[in-house]
Amino acid sequence: MTAGIVIVGAGPAGIRAAERLIDHGRAPILIDEAPRIGGRIYQQPPADAGSRRDAEALYSTEAAKARDLVTTFERIKARLDYRPGTTVFEISDNRLIALVDGRRAEIGFDRLILATGAMDRIMPLPGWTLPGVFSLGGAQIALKHQGCAIGRRVAFLGSGPLLTLAASQYAKAGIEVAAVVTTSSWSGLALNAIGMAVQLDTAAKGISHIATLLARRVPMIGRACPSQILGTNRVIGLDVLAGGRMQRIDCDAVALGYGLRSESQLAELAGARFAFDREQNQWLPETDDHGRAVGREGLYLAGDGAGIQGADAAELRGKLAANAVLLDLGNAIQDSARELGVLRRWRRFRIALDRAMPFPSGLAKSLPDATILCRCENVTAGEVRAAADQGLKEINRVKAATRLGMGRCQGRVCGAAGAEVLAARLGLSVDSVGRLRAQPPVKPVPIDALAGEAS
Amino acid sequence: MSETGADVIVIGGGIVGCSTALHLAKAGRSVILLERDQAGIRASGVNFGGVRQHGRALAEIPLSFRSRAIWADLDKLIGTDGEFAVTGHLRLARKEADVTLLLQHLQAVAEYGLQLEFLDRANIDRRFPWLGPSVIAATHCPSDGQANPRLISPAFAAAARKAGATLVEGVEVVEGTHDGASFHVSTRDRRGFAAPVLVNAAGAWASAIAGWFGEHVALKPEVPQVMVTEPAPYRFQPVLGVVGGDLYFRQIPRGNVIFGGGEGRAEPGHKRSRPLPEISARAAAEACRIVPEIRNLAIIRTWTGVDGDTADGSPAIGPSTTTPGLFHAFGFCGHGFQLGPGTGAVLAELIVQGTSDTDIHGLGIARLLGRG
Amino acid sequence: MAGSEAQFRRIAEEGRRRIGITLDGVAIDALEGDTVLTAILLTRGHLRVAEFTEAPRAGFCLMGACQDCWVADTEGHRFRACTTYVRDGMAIVTRT
Repeated sequence: MTAGIVIVGAGPAGIRAAERLIDHGRAPILIDEAPRIGGRIYQQPPADAGSRRDAEALYSTEAAKARDLVTTFERIKARLDYRPGTTVFEISDNRLIALVDGRRAEIGFDRLILATGAMDRIMPLPGWTLPGVFSLGGAQIALKHQGCAIGRRVAFLGSGPLLTLAASQYAKAGIEVAAVVTTSSWSGLALNAIGMAVQLDTAAKGISHIATLLARRVPMIGRACPSQILGTNRVIGLDVLAGGRMQRIDCDAVALGYGLRSESQLAELAGARFAFDREQNQWLPETDDHGRAVGREGLYLAGDGAGIQGADAAELRGKLAANAVLLDLGNAIQDSARELGVLRRWRRFRIALDRAMPFPSGLAKSLPDATILCRCENVTAGEVRAAADQGLKEINRVKAATRLGMGRCQGRVCGAAGAEVLAARLGLSVDSVGRLRAQPPVKPVPIDALAGEAS
Repeated sequence: MSETGADVIVIGGGIVGCSTALHLAKAGRSVILLERDQAGIRASGVNFGGVRQHGRALAEIPLSFRSRAIWADLDKLIGTDGEFAVTGHLRLARKEADVTLLLQHLQAVAEYGLQLEFLDRANIDRRFPWLGPSVIAATHCPSDGQANPRLISPAFAAAARKAGATLVEGVEVVEGTHDGASFHVSTRDRRGFAAPVLVNAAGAWASAIAGWFGEHVALKPEVPQVMVTEPAPYRFQPVLGVVGGDLYFRQIPRGNVIFGGGEGRAEPGHKRSRPLPEISARAAAEACRIVPEIRNLAIIRTWTGVDGDTADGSPAIGPSTTTPGLFHAFGFCGHGFQLGPGTGAVLAELIVQGTSDTDIHGLGIARLLGRG
Repeated sequence: MAGSEAQFRRIAEEGRRRIGITLDGVAIDALEGDTVLTAILLTRGHLRVAEFTEAPRAGFCLMGACQDCWVADTEGHRFRACTTYVRDGMAIVTRT
């Protein structure tokens, strides 16, 4: 029986799903936007560019995992229908609509596994749209994928494990780290160590990142309230309120991020149902423990695209999604109890992490009115508040009135903070103001490409 | 069940219902408007945004003129102009048969007092050189324009409230009866309302209500599909439409190009709808043919709405043929945005004075009864 | 803003092959494997100018998500600078 199984996303979740399916005799299509597999954490160097840095230099403690993923891909490649450079921008019934080499293509499916990953979650501050401000993920990509530092003297601002990881990577690469500033408290991190002990080696890595920074005498500022990124045409400094006083950090670049948010637009277009996850403070597609999308037969979600649990969990979730596909197709397979148990343990760690390093929702209230929330459409916090004051209580109504989320990124960057600012103004919980709806295309597509053969 | 009473109940919180409620409230009548979701978010809030007198059925023209006068003064009426801009409207011919239709229309509407300009290709080259070679002629209506439905329709709702109308959102009307003197309307959450006058402005869902009073009108869901691009330098001023209606196009000063054509798909019950990719492809292709310069712009969003189509392509507006005190205003076939403000004013006049100076006799529901 | 100092600093992979591209008509240095964003920010401090504010922008996420790095070539084709690799002869335009 040929069942058209398609996997979107060739990061750890997608690769492991493909591997499991192929080892059970299936021949899935594996699609990814990028020219090479690996996703974010294991993003490979540009093809054929003569990169010199080896896996240790690029992935440090994760080098073995990165290598294993590549080895796996090489092993299964011949039996895989691999489509790199393919950007899926719309899903309708059982068809994916994608851009391949600038041309429109349709790919049909019977079973769809979405492993679309995540991006940084952002809480804006005045000056965050200046040249020189990048997301934490962006700062990592500059270093790992492009061999560049985002500036000469870089400040790291945010929360979550990526903050200290990225900063320590920069420090180890010999780039001047001006400061690491977190809205979390360093002691809060310690208090949640019990939860983190569940996944000891990850906790140890996190602590080693901090140790790296301390050894280089990088100022580590906790419980900070970010005030402003300074500069007229580019970053020249960062002001933060901490320890009862305003501290000015001299820097020419800021790497900013408060954890990750799932890229779930394709899941929404494919028909997934969404619920608000309190632990992660975001709307996530609902799935069962194998990743089957609730209420949408034939759709499976794996990896950070369906809730942030990290790269190791993504590999397991990819395997589980493949198991679910196989079971649903009538295959008898080995049961998933062990993998489910490991994931549950890791989930407890993740919950402790989220509690120790939460999204700083509390900052939404104190953002100056002039702070840009939507950088695509130049919509400020003040405009969102004015819409709330005029009686708009839901984020899509605010979008219609203010244009927040109507730009090229369709709310990817501003959606979380926009909802927090709205909720804070109304005195409501953030989930009660709703969420921005995904609309096709999920990324900008040139008109003549969209027209395809119709033109 | 206890009932809340008023002079008038309006079912439907789109631009038509809200304009009716607003004009009635200004005339001193007590109004309760019942809206299933939120006012102004259905077809009235997501349509293309064209504000045109051009290219309509002749029976609609007097109402279109009346409405146009209200558009001119919108700020005074609802506290915002909703980005209404008088940018003109071009109706494009792509083949000879289209040209014949344009000229016929031009003559016919002249008798109603609407002056259109005919442009041959030489004139198009002079004034709108960015129109692609498939465009062979056009008629131009300089007093037409465009507006932002996302701002306008909710603003009518807010203005109606401010004028004293009661707008109740999130209530679905499930039953309506008439006892000889009063209408009795009940909702899914078991609330009751009564009034001597009832306005059926329930958009794509209005035929059910008409049916409660013995007026059976076939209303098919229409699902216009619209897309918008990233911002681009402002270049294309008039709104574009084509003979045949398969493409409409406008650019806003902010730079985004909005265009549409064809239909998406309505879900069962047609409260929700979604775009279809092949329709996007076709509309994109035609838009590129009509305005070749846009071909490199990126589309960033596609959406659909649900409207109601009548058998002859024009709305049902006016008093009921069966029940005194019942007034209909629905079935706008995807081109009701411009008519909305005027429809509300005219209905209010009919209700308050018994007559209106605006001639809507050609839009009565009688012509649609029993037609499939 | 003209002639502004580079934002990025290259700290590894200097040995890659040189690629010849132009930025707003001026020849700039790039190496194989650079994205257009990298090549531009190794040359100057901004990528493009934002609509509505005329403020300079230099991208943000570097992973094709934030859509703040769109530029064009001299034929008018638009593309994301952070997900497009430089190719010999590329002629980039950052202001329309």
